[in-house]
Amino acid sequence: MGKTNKIYCLGIESTADDFGIGVSTLKGEILANASDSYIPETGGIHPREAARHHAQVASTVLKSALDSAGIKPKDLNIIAFSQGPGLGPSLRTGATVARALASYLNIPLVGVNHSVAHIEIGKLRTGARDPVTLYVSGGNTIVAAFDSGRYRVFGETLDIALGNCLDVFAREAGLKHQKGMPLGAAIEKLAMEGKTLVPLPYVVKGMDVSLSGLLTASTNVLNEGKCKLGDLCYSLQEYAFSMVTEVTERALAHTEKKEVLLTGGVAANKRLQSMIKVIAEEHEADFNVVPREFATDNGAMIAWTGALAYMHGLSTPIGESSVRLRWRIEKVDIPWIK
Amino acid sequence: MDKVTEPTLLKKGAEASLQVAIWNGRKVVFKTRLPKRYRHEKLDSDIRTYRTVHEPQLMNAAKKAGVPTPLVFQVDTKNSVITMEFIEGKLVKQLLGSLSATEREEMCIRIGETIGKLHAHGVIHGDLTTSNMIVNKEGRVFLVDFGLGEKNTELEAQGVDLHLMKRALQSTHYRFAEECFEAIAKGYSSAIGEDRSKEVMSKIKEIEKRGRYVEGRKDEAKN
Repeated sequence: MGKTNKIYCLGIESTADDFGIGVSTLKGEILANASDSYIPETGGIHPREAARHHAQVASTVLKSALDSAGIKPKDLNIIAFSQGPGLGPSLRTGATVARALASYLNIPLVGVNHSVAHIEIGKLRTGARDPVTLYVSGGNTIVAAFDSGRYRVFGETLDIALGNCLDVFAREAGLKHQKGMPLGAAIEKLAMEGKTLVPLPYVVKGMDVSLSGLLTASTNVLNEGKCKLGDLCYSLQEYAFSMVTEVTERALAHTEKKEVLLTGGVAANKRLQSMIKVIAEEHEADFNVVPREFATDNGAMIAWTGALAYMHGLSTPIGESSVRLRWRIEKVDIPWIK
Repeated sequence: MDKVTEPTLLKKGAEASLQVAIWNGRKVVFKTRLPKRYRHEKLDSDIRTYRTVHEPQLMNAAKKAGVPTPLVFQVDTKNSVITMEFIEGKLVKQLLGSLSATEREEMCIRIGETIGKLHAHGVIHGDLTTSNMIVNKEGRVFLVDFGLGEKNTELEAQGVDLHLMKRALQSTHYRFAEECFEAIAKGYSSAIGEDRSKEVMSKIKEIEKRGRYVEGRKDEAKN
C-alpha cells in the first residue's frame, strides 16, 4: 500500500565538495537525504580530488539513500541531477551516475539548476511562497526573486562568494576543516569571542557587493598579528554580513515582497540569520531560514526540484544532459510558479 | 528658525526615508538615513555619516558636469538628514514600460548622455537604476541617490557603474533590457566620446566575466 502509489524522484547533488543523494515524492515528502563530503587535507577544493572522492562514495551514498527511503532501485520513477553551475569534474561525476541509473532503469532524467534547488528546498521546508531569497554559499552570493517565469537576480557578488571569503580567511588563519565543523562554523565560533570592531572595507555597489577587498584587508590585518583572531573573525562577519543584508533589504524594498528566505551553506550562521530577521521585521515581511540539514549542498533539494520540473513536463534527454558549469539562475524557466 | 510644514512620507526606502514638506516656502524632500538595527552601531553610524556627507558633494559635482540633480539646501550630519529640492516628475522606472519603442529609445539615449557627462567629469553614481532617475515635464533626466557614488575617473569604476545599470535593466525591465542598454550605450558614447565608450564597454565584458558563474568566463568544458 501507499508506497506503490507514490512517484519517487532520486536527486543527485555533486557541484562541489559534497556528494549527496536524496529521495523526494511528487508531493515534496523528503524520504532520504544522504551525503558524504570531500575534505581536503590542505587548501581548498581540488576539483579532480573532489571528483575522485564522489566516484568512490557514490554507491555507498546511493545505497544509504535508498535504504532510508525504504525503497529499491526499481521503485524509482525519475532521476534528477545537478547539471550546474559548479566545478566540472564534480558535476560530471554526478551526471555520470545519473545517466547510468536513468538508462539502466529506463526512467526519465531531469537536469536541475543547483541555485534554483537551494531556493526550492528552502520554500518547501519553510512554507515560503514568493520570497526575496538571499542565497549564500561557498560558490554563490545571490539575491533573487521570482518575476514573470524566472528567478531574477537583483543583487550578487561582483567577485568572490561570501562562503569562499570566510573559508579562505579561515585557512589563512590556520583553521582546519573537520567533519561536522565546516570552516564557516569555526569562524562563527571564534567570532563569539570577539568584541572589538576592526575597521575593514565595506563595499556595496548598487545592489551588488564586492568581497575580495574585504578578504585581502582581513588577511593583511591577520598577518600583522596585532589583532586577536576572535576580534577579526567578529569584524569580518559584521562587515560581510552587513553588506549582504543591506543589498537584501534593498531588493526587499524594491520588489515589495512580503517574505524573505535565507538559504545556502552560510544560512546556518546565527549572526547572519539575526541580521536578515531584522530587515524582514522592518519591512513587515516573514523571515524564513532553511533548516540546517538542507542549508549546505544536498541531494534532497535536487530530488524535490527534479520532481517539480518533471510534474511540469520537463525532462532532459541524455543527449542534452551535458553539465553546465556556469548556468546562471535567471536563464532557467520556472513553469511551476504562476 | 526654519519655517516648515508637517512632513508627509513620500517613500520608505531600504536605506532612507523620504519626506515631503514646505520648507521656507519651497517644496523639499527630507532624506533621512535611519539607523540600521542589524548593523554594528559604530559601523552603522560611520556608513550613514559618510554617505550623508558625500551625497551632496557628488550632487554638486554632477551639476557642474551639466547633469540635473536636486538642489541641496541643508545637511545635518548628526541626524543624517539631507534637505533637498523636490523634483516634480516621474520615475523612469514607472515611465519606461508605457512608452512606445521609439520613445523608449530616445529616453534611453538621453539617459546614456546623462551618464556619459557624469563620467566625463569624474563622477560615479554608484547605484544607476531606473528608480533613481526622474524625468520632469520638460523631459530633463534628473539623477538622485548618490549615496553610493564616488569621485573616480578610472575605467574600472565607470565600467562597474554601467554594469550596474545593465543589471538593473535585466532584473526590472527584462522585456526590453537589451534594446534599452544599446540605446544607453549610444547616448553614453556621444557624451564621453567614442574611444572612451569603447574602452568602457569592453571593461563591462571583463567585469561580467569576473563573476563566479558567468557563461563565457573560461572555455566551457565539454560533457
